Amino acid sequence: MNDWALIIYCGLITFFTRFSMIALLKKEMFNDRIREVLSYVPSAIFPAIIFPAIFLDEMGILQFENNPKILASIIAVIIGTLSKNIIATIVAGLAVYWFLIFI
Amino acid sequence: MRSNLKVFYKGVIDVSPLMIPVVPFGLIFGVLAIDIGFTPLETMGMSLIIFGGASQIVLLQLFSGGASSLVIISSVGAVNSRHLLYGAVVSEHLSDLKLTWKIIISYFLIDQAFARSNEYLKKNKEKNKYFHLIGGGATCWVVWQTTTFLGIILGAAIPDKLGLSFAVPLTFLALLVNDFRKLVNVVVIIISGLVATFGFNFIPYKAYVIVAALAGLFVAMILTKMIKKYE
Repeated sequence: MNDWALIIYCGLITFFTRFSMIALLKKEMFNDRIREVLSYVPSAIFPAIIFPAIFLDEMGILQFENNPKILASIIAVIIGTLSKNIIATIVAGLAVYWFLIFI
Repeated sequence: MRSNLKVFYKGVIDVSPLMIPVVPFGLIFGVLAIDIGFTPLETMGMSLIIFGGASQIVLLQLFSGGASSLVIISSVGAVNSRHLLYGAVVSEHLSDLKLTWKIIISYFLIDQAFARSNEYLKKNKEKNKYFHLIGGGATCWVVWQTTTFLGIILGAAIPDKLGLSFAVPLTFLALLVNDFRKLVNVVVIIISGLVATFGFNFIPYKAYVIVAALAGLFVAMILTKMIKKYE
């Protein structure tokens, strides 16, 4: 599949996840239980992207030593927990990471 | 009744504070897409056609990891499943609108616009209240397209050594800041992360993202049910 086809398909699936409920929804289909479980979707999906990017190297091998991403991520989580602020979390993580790789 | 323009403007004002983190996010997206090898036109095309930060970053992350198209598209779908809920929540306010409006609003239904407009839609009964959602969405749209464009231009000026690829997992990590204090969320985060990390080499077609997400949701389902029993 070429890049443009990929982009268009990703655009279509993004659009239809937004549109489908607005277009089709029957309210009776949603109850509090389903809503509750679906509220965990971000917590279930984002770590699947975060963890491998932090702990695995380009070859897909676990990398614990000489890995500045781990400490930077820990600091970012601490700052995030304390501040609940998205920008502060990103800035803290990047600052620690840069400090570790440059100094 | 307020004029359409006033409601639109209220949406712009309400969503504006939430645009601050979108700026670095958009820049990072533009820089990364070029870094990974997409052309400037394709990068701009992604922001215009997809218009979803998480979707676009997932696309980049998996694309650079060599995932197949099918996995990329289904992962984008999985990341977007939260929009089903957004749509479900706002649909009751939009049910009388024409299809054209529903299509336009769907394109603009992103996290920030949903978060702010949902409050407005619940409180107001005016017929034209949906202009609030359009105002919020349009604001995000302008910020996202502008920062993508700047990222593309700045991309060449930003050296590889900065390790901006680390900014991607970091951005997702930051999107979870509100969940770090909730026990069930933390367990789900750890389960999903471990399944993804250890499944990375074993689960074919890089489908580890979806497998890990489903494992996490399954655990969430069990834990929330258990908690209810004890209450």
